[in-house]
Amino acid sequence: MAKSREVEKPNKAFGWAARDSSGVLSPFSFSRRATGEKDVRFKVIYCGVCHSDLHAVKNDWGTSTYPLIPGHEIVGEVTEVGSKVQKFKVGDKVGVGGMVGACHSCDNCANNLENYCSKMILTYGVKYYDGTITYGGYSDTMVSDEHFVIHIPDNLPLDASAPLLCAGITVYSPLRFYGLDKPGMHVGVVGLGGLGHVAVKFAKAMGVKVTVISTSPNKKKEALEHLGANSFLVSKDQDQMQAAEGTLDGIIDTVSAQHPLLPLIGLLKTQGKLVVVGAPEKPLELPVLPLLMGRKLLGGSCAGGMKETQEMIDFAAKHNIIADIEIIPIHYVNTAMERLVKTDVRYRFVIDIGNTLKSSS
Amino acid sequence: MAKSPEEEHPQKAFGWAAKDSSGLLSPFHFSRRETGDGDVTIKILYCGICHSDLHNVKNEWGFTMYPVVPGHEIVGTVTKTGKNVKKFKVGDRVGVGVLVDSCKRCESCQQDLENYCPQMVLTYNSYSQDGTKTFGGYSDIVVVDEHYVLRFPENLPPDAGAPLLCAGITVYSPMKYYGMTEPGKHLGVAGLGGLGHVAVKIGKAFGLKVTVISTSPKKEDEAINRLGADSFLVSSDPAKMKAAINTLDYIIDTVSAVHPLAPLISLLKLNGKLITVGLPEKPLELPIFPLVLGRKLVGGSDVGGIKETQEMLDFCAEHGIASDIELIKMGDINMAMERLAKSDVKYRFVIDVANSLSQ
Repeated sequence: MAKSREVEKPNKAFGWAARDSSGVLSPFSFSRRATGEKDVRFKVIYCGVCHSDLHAVKNDWGTSTYPLIPGHEIVGEVTEVGSKVQKFKVGDKVGVGGMVGACHSCDNCANNLENYCSKMILTYGVKYYDGTITYGGYSDTMVSDEHFVIHIPDNLPLDASAPLLCAGITVYSPLRFYGLDKPGMHVGVVGLGGLGHVAVKFAKAMGVKVTVISTSPNKKKEALEHLGANSFLVSKDQDQMQAAEGTLDGIIDTVSAQHPLLPLIGLLKTQGKLVVVGAPEKPLELPVLPLLMGRKLLGGSCAGGMKETQEMIDFAAKHNIIADIEIIPIHYVNTAMERLVKTDVRYRFVIDIGNTLKSSS
Repeated sequence: MAKSPEEEHPQKAFGWAAKDSSGLLSPFHFSRRETGDGDVTIKILYCGICHSDLHNVKNEWGFTMYPVVPGHEIVGTVTKTGKNVKKFKVGDRVGVGVLVDSCKRCESCQQDLENYCPQMVLTYNSYSQDGTKTFGGYSDIVVVDEHYVLRFPENLPPDAGAPLLCAGITVYSPMKYYGMTEPGKHLGVAGLGGLGHVAVKIGKAFGLKVTVISTSPKKEDEAINRLGADSFLVSSDPAKMKAAINTLDYIIDTVSAVHPLAPLISLLKLNGKLITVGLPEKPLELPIFPLVLGRKLVGGSDVGGIKETQEMLDFCAEHGIASDIELIKMGDINMAMERLAKSDVKYRFVIDVANSLSQ
């Protein structure tokens, strides 16, 4: 008979898991592996709530297996390191993002692109090397191979830096890869949510002029006064959009709902680049003629490798970039998920694991 | 009252034009401007038939201004030069492609990207700076600002080289811009027609491995044995397409019919690039997930600037690359258009203008 989750592995652990595609989370006792020679074990202090967590608990992509503990914006403090661990020691402030394993032998891994490795192992919901399912950061402890652990610099507040581990790298990587990081460039950010607000901050720190493009006019004040965007376009306002045609070197499109691409392509200058990091479930309509007539491109990007994730965190520390968060106790998480569906958050929920996740609750 | 096309300009000209959206072409008298100080007048020898010509005569894109004289793959001889002309002399063999003017001042023009100038003037069906309409190469002469005239290399055949002026630059430019020129890398060419067959030849000249992707299994023999492609993939064969997943570094998509992009995207490796140069009438369905998960991109490209067009011609001359053509008489143009609509040509019709255009 298969072992129950609680005794599968030697170290008791406690978290909140979804049991089925209703997506409702509830207390869940399970276990983590013993700290292997290359592993880092840490006490989880905070975990960000990523929109992917919501998709996963509701099985929106059809690939979820239950029980499912989400959470891949995990920060905490090291409590134990394996005998061969070189980069971390007890007491270090660390984080884990979207992945905890890869093959380490393919070209992608060799090029620090573990996120594109065909055998990449996600932080939650998939099989680990030992055949057991990975459990994410809505839990009291984490164990991870040191290769997939990030140092959090001392000057970054732990709670507000947690979302950088997914949202941060998701927008930082394409700004660099697609060359939209040169001072003086003009970049648009579509969607002002978890990803979008961090994209504005990173782009500004890179010396880039930023225009936020959003369906919600009431986000304008925040965008300009609080996030430092240079301008704001209401995407449904045809006059505004037309007036801004041909002004952007690039666009980071964070919107995961279905949305029209044609107006965004129109905003690009000749040779402009539209980068999609949100992932709509259904195909979008691509108008080909505007792409051709301006030699424009539309490219995708997905998270980032470990080396770049550390680089991103260090960049954030240098420029004091953190996410704007709403800290919640663990028992609020189901309400938070409901609010997330309505994008009612400025701009990321972060679960106060350290203070509110107790196995007796 | 506006002048008729015959009276608009001082130099008499004769060609074949479509008068309405039936697309049928027939003899047409018109006129060309005086050879200005910066202009050359060219006696047209050959003109390639581009699929855009067919789209235009039938008003498939909705902006044809009849009568339209198509033709933007022109090769001819200089007969007159304006007094400020420096690059050409009478008797020179020259080419004219898709554009004949631009603003010369904007950022695009300054970067030798006249083809992206918002005020670019097309060789036909466009308005010149003097407000008159441009007429293309299915005609006896054309007058063009020397800046937009290409020197046609002596060792390129003028008939088989004519299609390079549109088809050639249309595939050469994106191959350079999107970095699809690294020897040993693997290029897919989707569609084996006027554009596709030239893409295969140019791809091989760059040292790439080339796979032709086509709906027609019967093109395989030609593709491999005559054009030099390394392999052939029938896009309607799901098993073959599945086996080829994640094998291509780049794809040039020359197909202008509406077609699914998802299968092409799946053929690309990580960071793969799908470049579309065909012009489907409707938007295409684009699956986003595969682009995100594989950091792939879809890009467009539209002919090339004059400097790059010259570079392309010289490259083709150096590598012995010309189009595979079927030479026709002017009088057979309507039959050729019908066959083109059915893609029944290997791989470009070229009109023997000088020898068959009689008044």
